[in-house]
Amino acid sequence: MTEPLNLLPALPEITLAVGAMALLMIGVGGRNEERGELVLWLSVAVLALAGVFVTMGQGTSIIFANGFIVDPFARMLKVLVLTGAAIALIMSQDFWRHEGGVKFEYPVLLLLATTGMLMMISANDLIALYVGLELQSLALYVVAAFKRDSVRSSEAGMKYFVLGALSSGMLLYGASFIYGFTGSTVFSEIANAAQPSGANLGLIFGMVFLLTGFAFKISAVPFHMWTPDVYEGAPTPVTAFFAAAPKIAAMALFIRVVVSAFPAITDQWQQIVIFLSLASMALGAFAAIGQRNIKRLMAYSSIGHMGFALVGLAAGTEQGVQGVIIYLAIYLVMTLGTFAVVLSLRRDGVMVEEIDQLAGLSRTSPLMALALAILLFSLAGIPPLAGFFAKFYVFLAAVEAGLYALAIIGVLLSVVGAFYYLRIVKIMYFDEPAQEFEPMPRLLAVILGAAGLLIMFFFVYPSPLVAAADAAAKSLF
Amino acid sequence: MTIGLSHYLTLAAVLFTIGVFGIFLNRKNVIVILMSIERLLLAVNVNLVAFSSFQGDLVGQIFTLIVLTVAAAEAAIGLAIVVVYFRNRGTIDVADIDHLKG
Repeated sequence: MTEPLNLLPALPEITLAVGAMALLMIGVGGRNEERGELVLWLSVAVLALAGVFVTMGQGTSIIFANGFIVDPFARMLKVLVLTGAAIALIMSQDFWRHEGGVKFEYPVLLLLATTGMLMMISANDLIALYVGLELQSLALYVVAAFKRDSVRSSEAGMKYFVLGALSSGMLLYGASFIYGFTGSTVFSEIANAAQPSGANLGLIFGMVFLLTGFAFKISAVPFHMWTPDVYEGAPTPVTAFFAAAPKIAAMALFIRVVVSAFPAITDQWQQIVIFLSLASMALGAFAAIGQRNIKRLMAYSSIGHMGFALVGLAAGTEQGVQGVIIYLAIYLVMTLGTFAVVLSLRRDGVMVEEIDQLAGLSRTSPLMALALAILLFSLAGIPPLAGFFAKFYVFLAAVEAGLYALAIIGVLLSVVGAFYYLRIVKIMYFDEPAQEFEPMPRLLAVILGAAGLLIMFFFVYPSPLVAAADAAAKSLF
Repeated sequence: MTIGLSHYLTLAAVLFTIGVFGIFLNRKNVIVILMSIERLLLAVNVNLVAFSSFQGDLVGQIFTLIVLTVAAAEAAIGLAIVVVYFRNRGTIDVADIDHLKG
């Protein structure tokens, strides 16, 4: 208790928090329309600065009375979250311009949400976990309802708030039981108390509630109900952000809790993860087929992808966690690329969200159609694109852990899922052209192009990502 | 009869169940949902304080204080969203929140 306070490992979080407050001051200091854009770019700079501080750290350090841990796993996922947040923020600029200027609250709220996500990733204690999670969620409820005059946006915010608060309540109820039956909120001490012989009903009960809360946050079936509505109703750049950063942070939290707090009772949580994984993959594959709205389709797609990522976690091994990290990194690139297209579908200044309106895109804007086709093939998991390798690593881990049935069902469901991705490709390439879209904004085109190239040529040089994921996974076990 | 830990846990479980049912069975008004959410968090607090007191460990009570603080922030944001929604729709009936479906 008397050790000197070491704040250095928390430097990225402090940067973001202080940065958000400073930008709030800049934002209120002038007229909204002019300041908004400035604050947006400064926010991107703050995120980049935090990213630099994250990568500067080394080794493992635990601070704040065991509440906060920084290890290679945390650093890897923080880099992913910061990248996702920064790109989603950059992509939002064009959208808000069409809406009459960037409101400065938007980038500030995203910065605060990102601070919460970094705290979730570094949480080593139930209290730190809860505070990080709520900081993230509270900011996200507000951005979901950000278009105040839109019925759909405020309804999305309302639904997200109610179900998010319910999930936080469940998570907390679980946390209280874990605390009660192990006598501690620190993960390592929970792990000491949670031995197979001493694993009593109260502890298991608490763990199930805790995992329920996480399943809500990563939108795994059967706790996915909010996802399609929120994705459809929220403003499109917010949806892009939802699909990228919070999913990664929540999955990181999920992994850290089950691996570092309940390593001795793997059998208990493994069944839950397997069920969540199977149900999410199945729902993601079948429910997406009938969708007409591209944002809703992406919601089901993200549910399915979280199911696939959970396959790696279900293995419960180091290799499995490595697979999940690789999956999340590739999923991030694919999602952001796809949303770069969704954000640029605009006709006469109005956003188009119907999939049928993509008809004949290959003739009106061939490059965009090509890049989107690459991303969609990759989302479907077709070799040699990156999405195939993502699935390959998680299924390999599942097979080596002896989960043959899960791996086989997963592969079959990914075939079913391929149908609706390929349907979009078919609409783009073989249907009669619809009216042309407005030209793609340059920033979005750059992001789309970069995502397409990364996905296309990942197989040439996969080792940096694989090695980084390996180092990250090792630090957990 | 002495009041033991299990009594407090039962009370918390009853409160928590009422909260969950309040969210799912309520067909009237969003404000009732907000109240139910508060009830969930209070049930958790009863749990935490009971565990903390029976173990002689203070961490649970610190946790409770943090939960209380966050619950206040959560209520503020929830009410703000309800106000925004009411301005758009002119109603906060739960049955009317159905523009997004699929």
